[in-house]
Amino acid sequence: MTDIPLLSLAIWVPIIGGLLVLATGSDRNAPLARMLALAVAVAGFVVTIPLYTGFDVGTSAMQFVELQSWVPRFNINYHLGVDGISVLFLLLNAFITIIVVVAGWQVIQNKVAQYMAAFLIMSGLMNGIFSALDAVLFYVFFEASLIPLYLIIGIWGGANRVYAAIKFFLYTLFGSLLMLIALLYLFMQSGGSFSILDWHQLPLPMEPQILIFLAFLVAFGVKVPMWPVHTWLPDAHVEAPTGGSVVLAAIALKLGAYGFLRFSLPIVPDAANELAPLVIALSLIAVVYIGFVALVQADMKKLVAYSSISHMGFVTLGFFMFNSLGVEGALVQMISHGFVSGAMFLCIGVLYDRLHSRQIADYGGVVHTMPKFAAFFMLFTMANSGLPATSGFVGEFMVVLGAVQYNFWIGFVAATTLILGAAYSLWMYKRVVFGKVANPHVAELEDINGREFAFLAVLAVCVLAMGLYPFPFTEVMHASVNELLRHVAVSKL
Amino acid sequence: MNFVVPDFYPAAAEIFVAVMALVVMLASTFARSIARNLAYLLTQATLIVAAFITIFTMEGEVVLTFSNLFISDLLGDVLKLMIYFSTAIALLYGRGYLADRKIDKPEYYLLALLMTLGMMVMVTANHMLPMYIGLEMMSLALYTMVAFDRDSARSTEAAMKYFVLGALASGLLLYGMSMVYGATGTLEFSGVAQALYNQTANQNVLMFGLVFLVAGICFKLGVVPFHMWVPDVYQGAPTAVTLVIATAPKLAAFAMAVRLLIWALFDIAEEWQMMLMLVAAASIVLGNLAAIAQQNIKRMLAYSGISHMGFMLLGLLSGVVEGDRHFALNAYSSAMFYAISYVIMSLASFGMLILLSRAGFEAENIDDFKGLNKRSSWYALMMLFVMFSMAGVPFFIGFFAKLSVLQAVVAAGYFWLAVLAVVMSVIGAFYYLRVVKVMYFDDPVDESPIHAAPEVRVMLSANGLAIAALGLAPQALMSLCAFALLRSL
Repeated sequence: MTDIPLLSLAIWVPIIGGLLVLATGSDRNAPLARMLALAVAVAGFVVTIPLYTGFDVGTSAMQFVELQSWVPRFNINYHLGVDGISVLFLLLNAFITIIVVVAGWQVIQNKVAQYMAAFLIMSGLMNGIFSALDAVLFYVFFEASLIPLYLIIGIWGGANRVYAAIKFFLYTLFGSLLMLIALLYLFMQSGGSFSILDWHQLPLPMEPQILIFLAFLVAFGVKVPMWPVHTWLPDAHVEAPTGGSVVLAAIALKLGAYGFLRFSLPIVPDAANELAPLVIALSLIAVVYIGFVALVQADMKKLVAYSSISHMGFVTLGFFMFNSLGVEGALVQMISHGFVSGAMFLCIGVLYDRLHSRQIADYGGVVHTMPKFAAFFMLFTMANSGLPATSGFVGEFMVVLGAVQYNFWIGFVAATTLILGAAYSLWMYKRVVFGKVANPHVAELEDINGREFAFLAVLAVCVLAMGLYPFPFTEVMHASVNELLRHVAVSKL
Repeated sequence: MNFVVPDFYPAAAEIFVAVMALVVMLASTFARSIARNLAYLLTQATLIVAAFITIFTMEGEVVLTFSNLFISDLLGDVLKLMIYFSTAIALLYGRGYLADRKIDKPEYYLLALLMTLGMMVMVTANHMLPMYIGLEMMSLALYTMVAFDRDSARSTEAAMKYFVLGALASGLLLYGMSMVYGATGTLEFSGVAQALYNQTANQNVLMFGLVFLVAGICFKLGVVPFHMWVPDVYQGAPTAVTLVIATAPKLAAFAMAVRLLIWALFDIAEEWQMMLMLVAAASIVLGNLAAIAQQNIKRMLAYSGISHMGFMLLGLLSGVVEGDRHFALNAYSSAMFYAISYVIMSLASFGMLILLSRAGFEAENIDDFKGLNKRSSWYALMMLFVMFSMAGVPFFIGFFAKLSVLQAVVAAGYFWLAVLAVVMSVIGAFYYLRVVKVMYFDDPVDESPIHAAPEVRVMLSANGLAIAALGLAPQALMSLCAFALLRSL
C-alpha cells in the first residue's frame, strides 16, 4: 500500500492524461477528447481516494511522503507529502475536475481537446502545489498553474477576456516573484535547504521575519485575493468560461490561503503574531466592504466573485485568530466554499448557456420555466449565505466563534457577513428566479438536462452532507491544526 | 633566439576549422554549379567534425600552448561545443530563408565559418592579443553577413551602423588593453593576475584601462549604455543573420568577459562588479520597458535580449562580496548557465520567425503570429514554451536560469538588485504574454499553411521540447557549467 507513490499519481495522472487528450488534436476528434478527458479525470479522482481512506488521523506528521533528489546543485528535492491541512484539497481538486469536464461537455465546441487538456494539466499542477514539501517544487507548481488558467480565460472567455487574462497573470506573477526572493533568502539562511519542514525549525531574527512575512503576504494575498489586491478576480471570473470560474473559485483561491498555513504561520511565527492586526484588518475590510460591493452588482458572475472575496476574507480572518476553532473553521470554510462557489458558477453557467447573458436584469421568473434548476439554485444560494444545515454555515460559525474568543468586536464585525451574505445572495436569487416572466427569452428556457442535473445533484449532496455532518472533514485536520498552532505559539527569535 | 615548435594538439579544432574555411572558399570558386549546396553541407560537416575533435582533444585540465597565447581548458571546450551547436542550428534554420530571398551564396557559409573560428579563438585566448584578433575576426564576418542582402537598404544601413559602432567599441577595448599593459607590463591573463596579486600594478592606469575593457565587453554583449546597435541591427539584418548574431556571439562575449574580468582582473573584482551592477540594472530596466512598446517582434526580442544579458551579468557581479570569494564559483556558473539557456531560447524564438516567413513575406511583426494556434497548434505550443521560458515561468529552462542567477544575487546580499530584477521580470512578462495572446486568443489574418523544410520542422520541435525538457531536468547542464568553471579556474 505504502509502496505506491499515490501523490505522484495524483499529480502526474492528470498531467500525462492531459497531454494525451491534447494529442487527439483537432475538433474532428472532439468526442474522443471528451471521453478521454472524463476517463482521465475519473482516474485522477480514483487515485486520490486512498489518500483519504489510508490517512492516519492520529498524527500531525507528513504522510505518503516521497523524497527524491531533483536538482542536487541547489539541493532541490522532489519532496511530496500531505498532512491533515492539505489532504482534503487534493480530493476536492480531483473531484471538481470531474465536474468541470462534465460541465464543459456540450458548451465547449471550439478546441475541445485543448480545453479539456488545460483543465486536466492544471488539476495535476494544483495537486502538486498542495503536496509539495520543497519550496522550489511548490513554487514551480504554483507558477506553472498560471499558464493553463491564462489560456483558459483568454481562449474561451468572454468579450474582455484578453484584459482579464493578462491582468490575472501579471498580478499573480508579481506576488509570487517576491516570494521567490524570500525563498532564496531562507535557502541561504538555512545553509542550503529548500525543505519547508526544515524552515519550520529555522530560527530567524525579527526584521527578516517581517520582510519575509510581507513577501509571503503579497504572494498569497494576491492569490486569495485579499483587499486591496483583489481587483483581478472579478475581471477574471466574469470573462472566464464556466469551467474556468469553477476551478478559479473552488481551487485556485485556496492556494493562497493554503500558502499562509504552510509558509507564513510556521516559518515566521513572530512576524505573523506581530502583523496579525494588519491581516485581520484587511480581512474584515474584505468581509464587510466587499460584501456591500457584492450587493450592488448587476452581473451575476461578478456578484458571486465578490462574494468569494468576502468569504475568503473570512478564511484569512480565521487563520490569524491563532486558535483551533478559527483555523479549523477557516479550513472547513475553504472546502465548503469550493463546493458552494463552484456550484454557484455552474448555476450561472447553466443560465448563461441558454440566454447568453449574465445580467440579473435580463432574468426574472426563471422558476416558471426551470423549476428543477430553481430548486438547486435555491439550495446553493442558501449555502452561500451560510444557512444552517448547509456547509456554508459550519465554517462561518466556527470562525465567528474563534473570533469572539480572540476579541468580541472582531467577532461582531465578522458576524455581519451572515446578514450581508444573505442579503446579496437572496436578493439576487429573488430577482433572477422569482417574479413575473418579463423577458420573452426566459419564457422559452428549457429546464436542466440529465447531465446538468447530475453534476448539480452531486454538489448538492456534498453541500448538505458537509453541513449536516462535518466530522469526517474536521477529524482529518484536527491533529495537524493543533500541531501548527503549537508551533506558531513558540517564538523563533 | 631558438624557435620552439608549439604543441598543435590542443588547437586541433581551430586548425581544422581554419583549413575547412579555405576549402569552402575554394569549393565555392571552382565548383560554382553545385557550390550552394556543397558550401552548406561542408560547413555543417565542419561544425560536426570540429565538435568531435573538441571532444576527443578534451584534456580536462588546463593546457597552455603557442607561448601561452592559447589556453585549452574545460570552460573553453564546453563553450566551443555550444558555439558549434548553436551555429549549426542557426545555419540549418536560415538556409531556406536565404534561398527564398536568393541570397544563399556560398560565401555566406564561408563567413559563418570564419565567424565560428573567430569565436573559437576568443574562447581559447589566454592573452589579450589573440582575444582581440578573434573578436575582430568574428565581428568583421558578422558585419558582412548583416549586409549580405546587399540590395536591401535596411540591411545595408544596419550593417553600417553595426560596423561603425563595433569598430568604435573595438577601439575602446584595444585602448583598455594597452592601459592594462601599461599598468602591469604584460598582456597575458595570468601575468596580469599575478601583477595584481603582487600589487605591482599602477592603480590609476589600471582603473582607467578597466573602464575601457568593461565598455568593450558591454558593447559585445549589447547591454546598456552600449546597446544602441542591438535593436537596429536585429531588425535590419535578414532574420537568418539576426538568428546568428543573437546566439553564438553571446557565448563568445561571455567567454571574453570571463577571461578578461575573472582570469585576468579577479583581484579588482569589486571595482568591475560595481560597474557591471549599474550596467545590469540599467539593461534590465531599459530592455524590459522598451520591449513593451515594440510592434516589430525582432526589435522586441532585441530589447528582451538586452534585459537577458543584464540578467546574465547579475551572475557575474555577485562573485565577490567584501573580499569573500566563497560564492564566486556558484555565481559564475549561474551566469554561464544563464547565457547557455538564453542561447537555446533565442535560437527557438528566431527559428519561429523563420518558420513563419516565406518567399515574399517577412514574419517580423507581433501580429504575424496572430491565430497561430488555429494554423498550427504544435508550433504555437513551441512558441508558447519559448515565451514562457523567456518570461521565467517554471517547467521551462528560463525559470532555472533566473532562479540560479537570483540565488547568486541574494547570496551576495544585493536584495535591492534582486527586487528590481523581479519587478522588471513582471513587466517583461507582459510582452511575452502578448505574443502568447496573439497566437492563442486572436484569429488568424494569414490563413496560409506553414511550409518549411522537414529538417527545420524537426529541429525546431526538438529545440522547443529541449526548453521544456531542460526545465524538467536542469541538473546536468547546471553541473556541467559548474564543473567546467571549477576545472578551469
